[in-house]
Amino acid sequence: MSSVAVIDYGMGNLHSVAKALEHVKPGVEVRVTNDPVVIADSDRVVLPGVGAIRDCVAQMLACGVDREVADTLASGKPFLSICVGYQALMQSSEENGGSKCLAVYPGEVKQFASGMTENQQRLKVPHMGWNRVTQTIDHPLWHNIADQSRFYFVHSYYVKAQNSDQVAGKCHYGVDFDVALSDKNSFCVQFHPEKSHTAGLQLLSNFLNWNGCL
Amino acid sequence: MALAKRIIPCLDVENGRVVKGVKFLDIRDAGDPVEVAKRYNEQGADEITFLDITATHEGRDTMVHTVEKIAAQVFIPLTVGGGIRSCDDIRAMLNAGADKVSINSAAIYNPEFVREAADRFGSQCIVVAIDAKKVSTDGESERWEIFTHGGRKTTGIDAVHWAIKMAEYGAGEILLTSMDQDGVKSGYDLGVTRAISDAVNIPIIASGGVGNLQHLVDGVKLGGADAVLAASIFHFGEYSVLEAKDFMQEQGIEVRL
Repeated sequence: MSSVAVIDYGMGNLHSVAKALEHVKPGVEVRVTNDPVVIADSDRVVLPGVGAIRDCVAQMLACGVDREVADTLASGKPFLSICVGYQALMQSSEENGGSKCLAVYPGEVKQFASGMTENQQRLKVPHMGWNRVTQTIDHPLWHNIADQSRFYFVHSYYVKAQNSDQVAGKCHYGVDFDVALSDKNSFCVQFHPEKSHTAGLQLLSNFLNWNGCL
Repeated sequence: MALAKRIIPCLDVENGRVVKGVKFLDIRDAGDPVEVAKRYNEQGADEITFLDITATHEGRDTMVHTVEKIAAQVFIPLTVGGGIRSCDDIRAMLNAGADKVSINSAAIYNPEFVREAADRFGSQCIVVAIDAKKVSTDGESERWEIFTHGGRKTTGIDAVHWAIKMAEYGAGEILLTSMDQDGVKSGYDLGVTRAISDAVNIPIIASGGVGNLQHLVDGVKLGGADAVLAASIFHFGEYSVLEAKDFMQEQGIEVRL
């Protein structure tokens, strides 16, 4: 039976991601761990993230997550990063007065401006709720998910990727932003698939069936 | 604007059982919160809120287990409120699988608790619940105050000022219940909903008083709510969540269908 490591670097609740993975593929061995040996031994790796970016990145560095991510990317095995886990892979973030991130991918994490309006409606921040995602490329993780499906978001900062070839999905909330990023065996999403009902569960199921090739 | 307005069914839970009676025709055990949550999930609820009205410590442990069971089967955001008084309470609920907690009276007794909780767990999971009641008389400009003890005791705190303060302290969302309207089924208090929605830059959930689907529409269109919460219209099978969404969409409101 296949296994998936959910990287635990001590930043909160990993229950939802783990439960959702078990739900979409009963029998899959979900290992919530920060043991590099266990991560290296798993067939797939997930990097979740919640909270403030500076604490997250600091905690990732303290736990050696940067090396685990680098090893996973080099190994070719399927890798999925979620929300702040995705943001942490960019170069820098405007959060916490400017924070350096792990700089795996070129681009930055920007703050939604306060006081944005659209059609005479004020856009509140955080961007919280269900928004439409435009799939900009064909990808195994979009399999069986209709373009423009809604996913659940909760965030105040968004990713602007520098390399447009890496963008896999877009969303609009006052500004256009890069909601999904694809690079070889890695897929990153800003929304929470584990909280996005059928579309989200389909994406997790696709991940567990993906061999990491495009 | 592509962000959907959310519909949030709310369940009162006591000692691990849904109270206030829930009447779905095809659910045998109407009192099991797991079954009820699954049903709302299937109907397309955007989130589910659980209000723990248990008074005892044993009951609280039961609530943690209930949340665990629901979170293993329902993959939409879950909010738990009622009796959240410490960071340990928050951690227990988040670890059980809740996505957000709703803080009510503990915020009134100690506003710094909201700041501490937001710092520690992130604003995205801190909802501040406000129970507001109109205190102005006819002819005066409208004013609302925070009430406790189910609307029986006033705190003398202005509801709009309080909402602004809670947003500054790090609340990620406001759950606004209009006590005048709660259970009366004459619709949300649109005045206070609009006043608070205009005053803060965080999302507002309107609650209290929903008797029909037009009330949900009014909460969004007139009250400026980002999400609408209702209990009895869904519990008693008068309307399904899907019917509510269809109706809102017909009225020009963007919903997730």
